[in-house]
Amino acid sequence: MKYTGKKFIKKDSLPFFWCAGCGNGIILACLVRAMEENNFTQENTVIVTGIGCWGKADDYLNTHTFHGTHGRALAIATGIKLAKPSLEVIVLVGDGDGATIGGNHLIHAARRNMDITVIMSNNLNYGMTGGQYSGTTPYGSITSTSRYGHGEDEFNISELVKAAGAAYVAKETIANPLRLQKFISRALKKENGFRFVEAMSICPTHYGKENRLGKAAEMIEGLKKNSLKIDLIKDRRIDELTAKIIVGEYIDREVDGYIKRYREIQKKAQNKK
Amino acid sequence: MKTPKVLIDYKLCKRCGICSHFCPKQVFVCDELNGAQVDKEEDCIACEKCVIMCPEMAIEIITQKEE
Amino acid sequence: MPEARLGKRLFLQGNIAVGEGAIAAGARFFAGYPITPSSEIAHHAAYCLPKVGGIYIQMEDEIGSISAIIGASMAGAKVYTATSGPGISLMNENIGLACMVEAPCVLINVQRAGPSTGLATKPAQGDFFQIRWGTHGDHSIIALSPATVQECFDLTIKAFNFAERFRTPVFVLMDEIIGKMHETIVVPNPQDIEIENRKLATCLPEEFKPYAYNEDLVPLFAPFGDIRINKANGSGHGQDGFPDNNPDNYDRLVRRLNDKIEKNKKRICLYKTFNCQDDTEILIIAYGCSVRPALAVIEQAARYGLKIGLLQLQTLWPFPDEIILKYSRKVKKIIVPELSLGQLRLEITRYIKDIPIKGVNKVGGMSITPEDIIKVIKAGNEE
Repeated sequence: MKYTGKKFIKKDSLPFFWCAGCGNGIILACLVRAMEENNFTQENTVIVTGIGCWGKADDYLNTHTFHGTHGRALAIATGIKLAKPSLEVIVLVGDGDGATIGGNHLIHAARRNMDITVIMSNNLNYGMTGGQYSGTTPYGSITSTSRYGHGEDEFNISELVKAAGAAYVAKETIANPLRLQKFISRALKKENGFRFVEAMSICPTHYGKENRLGKAAEMIEGLKKNSLKIDLIKDRRIDELTAKIIVGEYIDREVDGYIKRYREIQKKAQNKK
Repeated sequence: MKTPKVLIDYKLCKRCGICSHFCPKQVFVCDELNGAQVDKEEDCIACEKCVIMCPEMAIEIITQKEE
Repeated sequence: MPEARLGKRLFLQGNIAVGEGAIAAGARFFAGYPITPSSEIAHHAAYCLPKVGGIYIQMEDEIGSISAIIGASMAGAKVYTATSGPGISLMNENIGLACMVEAPCVLINVQRAGPSTGLATKPAQGDFFQIRWGTHGDHSIIALSPATVQECFDLTIKAFNFAERFRTPVFVLMDEIIGKMHETIVVPNPQDIEIENRKLATCLPEEFKPYAYNEDLVPLFAPFGDIRINKANGSGHGQDGFPDNNPDNYDRLVRRLNDKIEKNKKRICLYKTFNCQDDTEILIIAYGCSVRPALAVIEQAARYGLKIGLLQLQTLWPFPDEIILKYSRKVKKIIVPELSLGQLRLEITRYIKDIPIKGVNKVGGMSITPEDIIKVIKAGNEE
């Protein structure tokens, strides 16, 4: 393999603390390979995490990291990037962290097009705290806090971030890591604006077990089977789509990005007597 | 091409069975007691599916060139 | 709106003086969320910071505001935010984060009447304990409180110096009266302003540990982007910033975070005394807006034939118990005027056991008057 990304992994902190078959390791491997592909360095990269299983990813990385509080990684990253725009700032959030407790920071960071990259690991529940339902848990599914089937509808988080104005939004499942890596790489390469990659993952320990989805390998097969490429959806009826995972690039547009906009504001302020 | 070498780091393997499930050539056998074992290394085509699918970054494939 | 002008006499609002002090101290990053009665500090920052190459950002809420300044601080910027009690309530979780990752930052709280939304435009001093104990877990914190517009400027600079020196959040505890009032102040020339910056690591990258112990108890800093890799970690961590749940390690960490401030009380505790003599019989202890009616009482004291002194606490936390003990040694009575039901008074009673301590308390959103204080003094004398 051309890029292993292993230079970003702190070897003596392995193995990962995640459960057997957890998708987080696959996503993290995609991320470090994409970082290597884009010539990122330990010194110029800051990885910001929140709380949750995916929020532990910084424990295995030898770049600059900030392990913050639950839901606030995006706001912390906003401060880091604004204070030192030369840094590459990558935010790792789960569906609980990013789409639920931190949902407000997510849509506002997308709206103001903060020049940061977010990798969301979406495993449809809170893993760390024991498999409770989150903002992306599908209607009807069983979790430790929806014993009779979940009564709420879920966010399509990629659509939400796109609607909020993000420069780049893509979604892929861990069943296709090379394509996931490609989307992460494109996000990292993009110079301006808010970049968001949703990695559909699995939680065999909680969500998988509660909903009888089988072992890790079977769950990944399930993701593959339920994936539908975004360019094919025009031919399909909407109600059929709702059960599918729409993968691909939701949006890739040129925007100024907030750093550029604020530099213009600084210029205006400095020219004003 | 010589047979690729399939290396599993057993300090990292958690016996999830993903590698053996996704290997197109059934190179691995896997059970919950022993985890993944390289069974038919000679069948490996070095596609590296196992490397990218392993959630523990525990597998490495070394391809050697013909002398 | 005044610009960042230095070295002259200015007629300023308290909130604006805080903003001027921040810029004079070298602050270049503000993240905030609008709230009465602190908003002028945000207006000032939004106008002045981009002029000096700094950043103003209005976040989606106070939680986002404090998160952003902590992030910016770890990237090396001098940072601040301004809010009122309700905003501090929202920030509390991440005030603990700032303590834990040791992010220097200045938090300005222009107090208003609580609880809840309370009286948004009325003064109060009900956040005395909130700023000390609002965030969960053992920690120490620094809080300074101005009583004049001049002190708004001066103590804001001190707040930044303490934040940088001890790598900790520092509160400037204002109130609606001090924040909104106008006074003439003297802004010293830049070269006459003492500025302290956090100490930077200079070791080889491979030797650097972001939370290394040293005699000072304050780790040397490497900003994000440095060749020394910084790992800011709000969870239990070892000296290298990686997770460490070992009980001995965590015990040592929490003690260090506490000790680095509590063991430097002498340096941090600022105060002023007015008319405190050897024969002073009544000591008024006050901070913030309540200092002003107390000063009026001191001026009139002779008229009433009373020997009254005033101890103005400029540093509220770490609590200046030794200073209070020193000035109350010979007095017969202590009077504590405050716009709360007795929060400062309660803390004083932890240290003073043998002298009567009377409170002058108002929570209706109106200032304490000199008459209110005199009334309590006289009532006591008649007993």
